Amino acid sequence: MVSSVRIKDHHSEQRMFLNRSIAAGALMLTLMLALAVKLFQLQVLRHDHYAELSQGNRVRVEPVPPNRGLIVDRNGVVLAENLPAFQLELTSEQVPDVDAALAGLVNLQLIQEAEIPDIKRLVRSRRSFEGVPIRLRLTDEEVARFAVHRHEFQGIDIRTRLTRHYPLGDVAVHALGYVAAISEQDLTRIDESEYAGTTLIGKIGLEYAYEKELHGDPGFRQVLVNAQGRPVELASQADAGLSSRNAVGGNDLVLSLDVNVQRVAEEALKGLRGAIVAIDPTNGDIIAFVSTPGFDPNPFGRGLSSAEYSALQDNIDRPLFNRALRGVYPPGSTIKPVVALAALENQTVDPDQVRYCRGFFTLPGSRHRYRDWRPEGHGNMNMQEALAQSCDTYFYAVAHALGVDKLSEMLGRFGLGRPTGIDIGGEKAGLLPSREWKQRAFSRPADRVWFPGDTVNISIGQGYMLTTPLQLAHMAATISRRGKSYVPRLVTAVRDPRTGVTRRLPPQTNGDVNGISPGRWDRAINGMIGVTSPPRGTARGSAAGAPYKIAGKTGTAQVFSVGQTEKYDEKTIEERLRDHALFVAFAPADAPRIALSVLVENGRSGSGTAAPVARKVMDAYLLPEGPEE
Amino acid sequence: MMMGGMETSTARRTLSASARLLGRLRLDGLLLGGLIAIAVFGLLVLYSASAQNLAFARGQFLRLGLGLFVLVMLAQVHPKYLRMFAPWIYVGGVLLLLIVALVGDVGKGAQRWLDLGFIRFQPSELMKLAVPMMCAWYLHDRPLPPNLFSQLALAGLILIPVALIAEQPDLGTALLIGASGVFVILLAGLRLRVIFTLVPLLVGLAWVGWHFLHDYQRRRVLTFLNPENDPLGAGYHIIQSQIAIGSGGVFGKGYMNGSQGQLEFLPERTTDFIFAVIGEEFGLLGLLVLLGAYLFVIGRGLYLALECQDTFARLVAGSVSLTFFVYVFINAGMVSGLVPVVGVPLPLVSYGGTSMVTLMAGFGILMSLHSHRKLVGS
Repeated sequence: MVSSVRIKDHHSEQRMFLNRSIAAGALMLTLMLALAVKLFQLQVLRHDHYAELSQGNRVRVEPVPPNRGLIVDRNGVVLAENLPAFQLELTSEQVPDVDAALAGLVNLQLIQEAEIPDIKRLVRSRRSFEGVPIRLRLTDEEVARFAVHRHEFQGIDIRTRLTRHYPLGDVAVHALGYVAAISEQDLTRIDESEYAGTTLIGKIGLEYAYEKELHGDPGFRQVLVNAQGRPVELASQADAGLSSRNAVGGNDLVLSLDVNVQRVAEEALKGLRGAIVAIDPTNGDIIAFVSTPGFDPNPFGRGLSSAEYSALQDNIDRPLFNRALRGVYPPGSTIKPVVALAALENQTVDPDQVRYCRGFFTLPGSRHRYRDWRPEGHGNMNMQEALAQSCDTYFYAVAHALGVDKLSEMLGRFGLGRPTGIDIGGEKAGLLPSREWKQRAFSRPADRVWFPGDTVNISIGQGYMLTTPLQLAHMAATISRRGKSYVPRLVTAVRDPRTGVTRRLPPQTNGDVNGISPGRWDRAINGMIGVTSPPRGTARGSAAGAPYKIAGKTGTAQVFSVGQTEKYDEKTIEERLRDHALFVAFAPADAPRIALSVLVENGRSGSGTAAPVARKVMDAYLLPEGPEE
Repeated sequence: MMMGGMETSTARRTLSASARLLGRLRLDGLLLGGLIAIAVFGLLVLYSASAQNLAFARGQFLRLGLGLFVLVMLAQVHPKYLRMFAPWIYVGGVLLLLIVALVGDVGKGAQRWLDLGFIRFQPSELMKLAVPMMCAWYLHDRPLPPNLFSQLALAGLILIPVALIAEQPDLGTALLIGASGVFVILLAGLRLRVIFTLVPLLVGLAWVGWHFLHDYQRRRVLTFLNPENDPLGAGYHIIQSQIAIGSGGVFGKGYMNGSQGQLEFLPERTTDFIFAVIGEEFGLLGLLVLLGAYLFVIGRGLYLALECQDTFARLVAGSVSLTFFVYVFINAGMVSGLVPVVGVPLPLVSYGGTSMVTLMAGFGILMSLHSHRKLVGS
């Protein structure tokens, strides 16, 4: 124990407590006095002001919704704008009987019976003095029909509001997304006061991803209302102390998309199910972003009927499905340039050594035949020829010698197996198989072992491997810049509509592929140039006559695997089970300005279906005046 | 004359009989009277504020009954047991708070409730009493004023539950609980120089804490500074409540005649903003009488605390009284626009169960502490 032991002194404690209590009492009285002064100020000094606000006429705050920002393409072509439209709004505190009122609207055929539960839930979730839109975009005829019966519907009114309009219809819809009525679910993630008076919110695509930029800040105005809650104008309004604040419109988005190229690309895939992503490899700007079939986003802002929605939802071609962003497909042979780079980098292949292709490959000690796409084989092949003719057996052998770990590692460095980081949400990561992945993904011990055959399958982009068209375009862009990689993006600048000030967003790099020597890049890229060149390049036909040099790679992805003895017979296979056609390319090969991927579901052959589409897109971008004659 | 004398003595007998009864029940008549008067007034206001909905008043009446029952029961518990159990209640409460943080129900964007299947329970209510009792327990055997080590230990004892509750997020309750603990330390005789060092330190901490506040809490503070800035969101409450109070004037618009409240312009009028309904219907006079009644209860509580003879009893009783003041002041202050909106109910008047029962439990403990003292030297 230390020397200074203090003893409890009850008397001094009690004295202390008394002193402190007196001090607390004094403080409390002071605070109460301050409160009394505040109350005196409110209830006596400013009583007249507040009495005027509360009695007879009352103040109501009306929100003034901000204008949503525009979306324009790289040349300023408007892709999304705002147009005035009529909508029906219900202010619940003024409606004597909400059920009866809604039933009346059903009778007038302004809303549908089935929507009533949703409407009532929405009405309950908003504050009682706020107008809740219960029907968007009335037609002129509907406005007239309601106007005749308006006196029967106290608390329900027609309002003019700005709604979202996409002037080009379904063009670029899978990039733009759409807006629709704010749902209960949306309310949980937004600040309601920011959305007072606003009826639409971004649901998907850019409209969703850039909601914060596009939305803006609401303003308000105080209005005087009479006992029935109707706004009134008073001569003394100026001195009633009413205030207002203007809404601040949302920012405009400037996209990297080029609508001309986008249209050509969409036209080229018309009637097909597929996707195109075209990227400027010097900065990651997305030039075209296509997923077909598309749909018209305009009705979403108006509010789709459940029949309209299920028509879209149940369509066998799945128009709502964003194939470019969320469709995962085996990449097929399009990844062979990366397989070649992996083998070169690890020095497990001599690119000039000739191997003989006899149409199939067998692993040592096994009789299982890994077939080449060309049953009779390609004959003698070096790396250049194997890339140009897409010889499978060459790459089977190269991948087997390389091993899965190094192969998987290199494919990962080109961004496969993880999201590219594009600036709209919902992107799929695809699947990059590896020893660790298989260990995690399967439960049965026998399934968790990595087999040499799995490696063989990856080498031609089959087996477990899955990629999105966006990832393949990003991979092509990275190859074209010899490892320099940018995050793909749709928005290049944000413009403040009031000041006109444009804030450019700098391109973001995305994990460059470093350390590969120029000579090895040459091998891969020359192989890709061979693909589009005579005499035997698989895509030579599509590249014929192009005034610029194209580097490409065709791919064909099996939808299901063919049995060992079964003969591959296209005719008997139902159309939907046909192979997917793929093509990745960049051009001009020596100074790339565009890199792209094309996917055509069940398009059978990359060279026959996908490569001609890619040529049209590259022409549209590189030769805007049309091909020289 | 004869008759008059008879009456007076009968009255005196009745009075002394009830005084004896109160004494036997270990209750303090004046304090209990004050509490009941405020609560009954609260029931009348609630009936008006709920648009004459009898279900509200009935529910609150039952809670008042439950609260009084808890008060009487706790008044019977000898302080030595209260002191003995204080650390256990505290530790149990902190554990419950941790459980809420992990598995609690989310209501109105905050995670406060623990669903026990048959009842939903806010552990933070328990801490309103557990924290001052724990602090007083800690100081009971130690020489006062507390030394530096004790001060730090107490700070820890207070901050753990306060941080857990602020994170729920329930800023109002965290504030009240923090205050109840701090009052114990202040009443124990924290040296003035410590107080004068801590105040600037706390201002600095507040500045840092600002960065940890939830968005809606920040907005409340900003809106407090200028409510007109955000009339669609947080400012709406204050604007409407000021209109209600201001339009009430000196004498008020009359019971059940406040247009702001009756026409539902005033939000949360049965709970946190019921003070504005009183201001509108009973005017400045009504508010001053009510505040006077609160001051009477607080003053009586402090007086009883002064009469307590051991450290634990004095500190707990004093803290209960001062915390009650904080309740009143923060609620009245926020509704009239003097302090930020921090979600504190008006004690004994606002609709809502747990707060009524907790308050009554606090006063029950206070009465026990006072009535069980040894009458030495008197």
